[in-house]
Formats: sequence, structure tokens, C-alpha cells
Amino acid sequence: MSNQTHDSVEPSYLVAKKGLLSWLITVDHKRIGLMYLVATLFFFMVAGLLAILLRTELFTPGQDFMSAQTYNQVFTLHGAIMVFLFIIPSVPAAMGNFLLPLMLGARDVAFPKLNLLSFYIYCIAAVMLVLTLVMGSLDTGWTFYTPYSSTTGTAVIMATLGVFIAGFSSILTGLNFVVTVHKMRAPGVTWNRMPLMIWAIYATALIQVLATPILAITLMLLCIERVLSIGIFDPALGGDPVLFQHFFWFYSHPAVYIMVLPGFGIVSELITVHSRKHIFGYRAIALSSVAIAVISFLVWGHHMFVSGQSELAGVVFSFITFAVAVPTAIKVLSWVATLYGGSIRYTTPMWYAMIFLWTFTVGGLTGLYLSTLSTDVHLHDTYFVVAHFHYVMVGGTVIAFLGGLFHWFPKMFGRMYNERAGAISALLVFIGFNVTFGTQFFLGHQGMPRRYYAYLPEYEYLHQISTVGSWVLAAGLFLVLFTLLAGLKFGKHAPANPWGGVSLEWHTATPPIEHNFHHIPHVESGPYDFPEIDWDSAKH
Amino acid sequence: MIATFIPPDKLGTPPMSESPWALLPTASNHAAALDTLYVFITILCVISMILIIGAQLYFMVKYRKRSDNDRTNPITHNTKLEIGWSVIPSLFLIVIFVWGEVQFMDMSSPPANAIDVRITGQKWQWTVAYPQFPGGPSLSCPGNAADCEPTEKTPTLYVPLNEPVRLTMNSVDVIHSFYIPAFRVKKDVVPGRYSNLWFTAIEEGEFPVFCTEYCGDEHSSMLAKVIVLPKSEWAATVKKATELKLEEGETMAHYGERLYGINGCAACHTLDGETKVGPSFKGLYGRTEQLSDGSSLAADDNYIRESILEPNAKVVAGYSPQMPSFQGKLKDEQITALIEFIKAQK
Ligand code: HEC
Ligand SMILES: [Cu+2]
Ligand SMILES: [Cu+2]
Repeated sequence: MSNQTHDSVEPSYLVAKKGLLSWLITVDHKRIGLMYLVATLFFFMVAGLLAILLRTELFTPGQDFMSAQTYNQVFTLHGAIMVFLFIIPSVPAAMGNFLLPLMLGARDVAFPKLNLLSFYIYCIAAVMLVLTLVMGSLDTGWTFYTPYSSTTGTAVIMATLGVFIAGFSSILTGLNFVVTVHKMRAPGVTWNRMPLMIWAIYATALIQVLATPILAITLMLLCIERVLSIGIFDPALGGDPVLFQHFFWFYSHPAVYIMVLPGFGIVSELITVHSRKHIFGYRAIALSSVAIAVISFLVWGHHMFVSGQSELAGVVFSFITFAVAVPTAIKVLSWVATLYGGSIRYTTPMWYAMIFLWTFTVGGLTGLYLSTLSTDVHLHDTYFVVAHFHYVMVGGTVIAFLGGLFHWFPKMFGRMYNERAGAISALLVFIGFNVTFGTQFFLGHQGMPRRYYAYLPEYEYLHQISTVGSWVLAAGLFLVLFTLLAGLKFGKHAPANPWGGVSLEWHTATPPIEHNFHHIPHVESGPYDFPEIDWDSAKH
Repeated sequence: MIATFIPPDKLGTPPMSESPWALLPTASNHAAALDTLYVFITILCVISMILIIGAQLYFMVKYRKRSDNDRTNPITHNTKLEIGWSVIPSLFLIVIFVWGEVQFMDMSSPPANAIDVRITGQKWQWTVAYPQFPGGPSLSCPGNAADCEPTEKTPTLYVPLNEPVRLTMNSVDVIHSFYIPAFRVKKDVVPGRYSNLWFTAIEEGEFPVFCTEYCGDEHSSMLAKVIVLPKSEWAATVKKATELKLEEGETMAHYGERLYGINGCAACHTLDGETKVGPSFKGLYGRTEQLSDGSSLAADDNYIRESILEPNAKVVAGYSPQMPSFQGKLKDEQITALIEFIKAQK
């Protein structure tokens, strides 16, 4: 793809500067990306362990080792940490930071100092959310629905301020990325030659910039209501509780795509590189990301079909939600079609990409039941919804994230990991994940409501299967951690381009030098033009 | 004041279906309709899944790497195919959308002859009231109170078989959601407004009711049951369930307190000395009352009894005669209980 084959004698970005301080005040996008990676993985582990506690409590119908209050606080923290401290920043801020300039052929993002600032803002937010634990904890659910959240005694203000501040980090990162994509592309990297990962991050960044301020305003109003007793959402003060839901989902539905679009980007890269195939339908995939980003602003009411919003609103939101299904289906079908005629290498990242196709397809298809007005009445706020969004968030984003981690790990750290351990981790994650959440679809259509610490005995059997599945899933994820840590310590040195990728990040040293490229590359072909492709055969 | 919350394992409804993998009983008109659509979507999903994952697995096996010299197919897109797989799913999506929309509209329009029942949500308790049968909230085990512990009484919604019923619901604190899985109906119960839900029960039996909007500590225990009865038994059962009587071991004053809440005295009379529409009950008993005709008297048992049965015979100075008469609505024992309760408000 580029004409750069400079043998690097410069030290890599990991060792170019030494000492803790050199990391803490770095403006290198790769180091900032790694700091995000460590922080987000840490919170992934915390929130994941909380989930295991929840599932274990649910092993029997009665109350076991957690009181009602504890259970409610644990599920709230599980959701809030997963969403605001892990999934939202994980792919865009951690991986996006590392990859975006490399893939564009740039030396850094457009505003490196702003980038560091975003990281520290994220840290402040994280500290505040963790502080709610000390301050009597939070029991509102990650959705903060009013009037419960305006009346409960727990640390709502601290938590909402935490989320509010995390939002700024997200906005600044988004802004930085939008400008970087517009202004920093290397010569020859036209819009049509940008890797799909960049398209996905670009669409995500647009949503971050446009939607996050709404969340900030909503949470601010919530704080104002609590502190100054001005009626906004609390009917006791003359407010409207359903208004909060409108505000909240006006952000949080697009946020679903902040979480999942970058995952789409990763999968496009994994499937092409490891099957040595040009992506099928580049334009359709790229534009469907943008289409999803735009439509995602108009579907928030599908979370509120039974909230008492007008029936007409329900109908309109249902219709637009069905419209989002089309670009999503196009993506999945294009990925499957990409496999056609390839030469597929079953590396660990590729296994994760293959798992993604399964889990994300299940997640997408089960969305149909929920966008249909009548069936949603039955399934809303049951385990069916829990299963659906875990299939999208975990089965989509997290699986893609893990695949991406295995794919770019050599680039990040210059080491390989044990392939067999990686493949076993993928198998464990696949089995554990499907057992945990697959059963929850059945719990859902059987009527089991979410956010219950105790339940009717008739649900016990399915809950137990689900709980056992969650232990398997946890084992798989710990294996991922050990595989990568062992790779870091004992792994073989990685070649510059272990997978034979042609996008620009593979055209520099592994790990990259501090300024990415000795000379800004000049690009003449697309990011999916692999040498194995038999262009001549098309001419017959 | 009424029963406290019920732990889920004490609800005592029979399991809704035989196998945990099966569909729920179709116990209402909506249930049957919804299940048809549910099954239709499931069939479509299974077919799509087989096509997508089938193709994936086939390609995964067929196009696995064979040698380092593998050459791969140069295809980059295929406009016809891409249009095809955008348009054909869209057609199915439109069918599902319209089908769901029609059902939803039906679920949102109660027939004019529906029987009205009122539901009140409150942390963590449902209260059921039947406007045709004013009285107490209906709890389970009507009549044989000895069978159940006072704290484990389940709020029960009795509905007649094959008759449309409309629930009008509101909440006194936070948002709850009233969900009857066997009927496939659910609606948020929001403070400060009324929400509606209707159904026609088509299967006799006893089914659980859940709260499905997180509402705090005992959200999981905010349960109730719905009992579907033949039309002929319904009225008598509701009447019995809503009948108020002195519970075994209950004090007169406590019974009076329940009557005070249920009969709406609380709307006009406070217990803390504050004046609403009528004078507060605090310190009322034995006080010397100034009446609007200039006379005065001591508030004793007879005066209170008269105030309840013929409120406008003697009107307290400074108040307008707005109190409704409870003649014929309250029994002697109940009036005595109210007097005892008022006596206790010192
Ligand atoms: C619609 C409002 C309203 C309701 C409901 C109501 N009252 Fe009254 N009540 C009044 C008013 C106004 C007065 C004062 C005028 C009067 O004496 O009639 C009053 C007076 C009384 C008095 C005499 C108070 C005094 O200070 O001398 C008693 C006792 C009383 N009510 C009992 C009851 C009981 C018991 C109930 C419920 C079973 C009840 N009221 C329901 C409005 C109401
Ligand atoms: Cu949504
Ligand atoms: Cu609840």
C-alpha cells in the first residue's frame, strides 16, 4: 500500500522516553491509547466481577448472600461502570487512539494535548464513580430513572457528576478524531481508501460530539432538581418523570452505537486481513456506518413503548427502528460474503471475528422482537431485553474488542502470544457467553423481569444454567488476560507485519517509533488490496 | 398499613408452564394474538440464522487456507446482490412492523363496555380497588384470614372470564410497571398521571403479576396475583374480598385507621393538626367545639357518630358543610372503630 520500507534504528515509542513521568505527561497518541487500554481493562474486570456476584446470587430463587440493597447497588455499578468506564471508551479511546493516526499515516492526532486532557478527565470521572461506593453507593440502575433517582438517598449527585464528566472526555476525544480524520490523512488516503475501522471511528466520533451534550444537560437538570428542589422530572415538585426518559434515551440510544460501531470497524479489518480478501461492499459498509449514526438519533422512543408516551409516537419510533435494521443487515451479509473465495487463516483474532458473526447476528435478529410494538409490550424490561443487549454489547462490541486486541497486540507491544491459548480462550468465551445469555431469552419470554434479586421458583432451572455459563465466560476472559500477560513477558518478538496487513499501521516498525513514520507515507492503493488477490481472474 | 411485600417464593401461584423452554399460557385475548406474531418472527429469525451462519460455516470450511500460494477471489462488490439483500429483508420487516402496529393499536383501545378496575402502585405494594364494589383493597384468601399470616397477604386482582377489563393505574411514589405475563400485558404506572391497560381473560386460573420498572429495594417482591373466575362467581368473590371487617386480634383503633384510609376521610381530615377541607382529628375527642349556629358542645362519642352519619346537622364554625354522609355505607361496628381511632389521636 505504501512505498515505505525504512529499517528502523530509532527506539520504539515504548522505550523512547523512560520513567513513569514520561508516561503521565506524554502526548503520544499510542501511549495515551495504552493508558486508556489499561484503565478500561481494569474497569472491565471490576464490572465483570460484579456481574459474577449478581449471577451467583441468582443461582437460587431466594435471597442468598446479598441483601436487596446490596444487589441493587451491585447491578447499578455493574451497568454504570461497564457502560461509562469500559464500553464507551474502550474501542474509540483505547484502540482508536492507538490506531487512528497510524492507519491514516499521520504522526499524531490533531490535538495531542487535548487528547491527554481527555484521558485525565476520564480518570477524574472514574474516581468519582468509584467514590460513590464510599459515599453510600448508588442504587438507581445505570439509567437513573426519575423520580426514583430524585428521591433515593444514595449518592446520586456524585455519580451523575461522574458520568457528566466522563461525557466531556468522550466529547473531546470525538472532536479530536473528527478533526484528525478530516485534516491529517496522508497523501493518497482518500475517503474511499480509508480503512473501514477509520470510517467506524469517524461515525462514532460524530455521535459522541452530537449526542453526549444531551446527556450532560439531562444529568445537570437532575442535579439541579435534587439540589435546588426545582420541579423538572419529579411529579411531587410539578415535574414530568417521563420527560427524563426522553432526554436520557435521546443520548443513550445513539450511545449504543458509540459502543457498537467501532466493533463493526474492527471486524471489517479482522475478516479481510485473515482471509486475504478484499472487503465485500466497501462503500455499503462505510456508508451504512454513517446511515446508522444518523438514524440512531431518531429511535430513542423504542425504549418507551410501555412508558405512556402517545401511541402515535410508539408507531413512528417502531418504524424508524426497523429502518436501522437494514444497514445493520447489510453489514453482516457483506462480512459473510467477504469470506467467499478467501484463504482463511484461523488465528485467534479470526476466531473472535467468526464468533462475532454468530453473536452479533443473534443480537440483531432478537432486536426485531423488541422493535415490534406488540411483542415488545410482553418482553420489555424482562430478561429478553437483558439477553438482547448483552448479545449486542458483549457479543458485538466486547468480542470484536477482544479480537482487535489479539490482532493489534503485536503492533502495540512487539510481542506475540500463545496461539493455542488464544484459541482456547475464544472457545471458552463462545460457550460461556451463549450459555449465559442464550438461556436468558427463554427466561424473558417466560416473563422473568429484570433487576430482581429473588424470583419465582419456576425460573430457577434457567437461572442456574445461566449462572454456570457466566462462570465459564469468566474463565475464558481470565484466560485472555493470562495469555496476553504471558505474551507480554515471554512472547516471541513480533515481526513488523505478522498478519500481512496492508493498511498503514503495518507499514512501520513493530512496535512503532515515537513519531510513527520516518517519512509520511504516500498511498496509491486501497487498504484491502492484498497480494494474494488474483486480480487477473476477474478479467476472464 | 396494608400487607407488606411478598417474597417471590411465597407468592404461591402455580407454575405458568410445564417446561421452562415453553411459551406461557395464552390466558388473554392479547396473548393468543401476540404469540402468533412471536412465533412468526421466530421462524423468520431461525431461517435467517440458518442462511447466514450456514453460509459462514460453509465458507469457513471451504475457503480455509490450503497453502502459502493460495490465490483469493478478487470480487469487491456485486450491486445486484447488495440491492437484493437490502430489499428482500426490508419487505419482511415491513410485514412485521405493520402486524405489530395493528396489534398494538388494538391493545391500546379498550372496548366501551370494559369493567373498570383501579390499580395503585406504591413501594412495594399493589392495591386493587373495584369502583362497583367500594370497600377495602382486595387481598387473597378472602374469608379465611386464618389461613394466611397478616403480613403475607397478596393483593389480588379478580377478573371475570371472557369479559373485557380495563385497569386505570397510578402511582403514589416512583414509577412502577404492572405486568401480567400470562396475559402479555404491561404498562408503566407513573406518579402524577393515569395509565390504562385492558384485556379479556380467556382462561381460568391464578397467575402472577410483577412490577417490571425498578423501584428500589424490594422491587423483586412487588408482586400480586390475578385470579380469573367464571362470570357467575366473580361479583360474589369481589364483594367478599372487598368487604371490610375486623381482623382477628386487631384492635378497634387499628381497624378504624384502615377505615379512615379506605373511606377517604384522609382526603379532608389530617391527623397532625393541620386543617384541610375539614378539621383535623388531632385532639378532637373531648374538645369543646364551636358550631356555626353559635352553640357549642363537647365532642363525645355521640357527636362523632352524628358527624359521620349526618354531617350537616351540626357544622363546625369556620367550615362549609362539605362532608358527605356515610349513612348506609358504614356499619355500626365500623363507626365504633372510627370513634376509637379518633379518640386515639391525642
Ligand atoms: C369531602 C371532605 C370530607 C370527607 C371525605 C370527610 N369529611 Fe368529615 N368533615 C368535613 C368537613 C368540611 C367537616 C366540618 C363541617 C361539618 O362539621 O360538617 C367535617 C367534620 C367532621 C367531623 C366533626 C369534626 C369536628 O371538629 O367537630 C367528624 C368527626 C368527621 N368529619 C368525621 C369524618 C369521617 C370519620 C370521615 C370518613 C369516614 C369523614 N369525616 C370524611 C369534610 C369531610
Ligand atoms: Cu435504543
Ligand atoms: Cu418495581
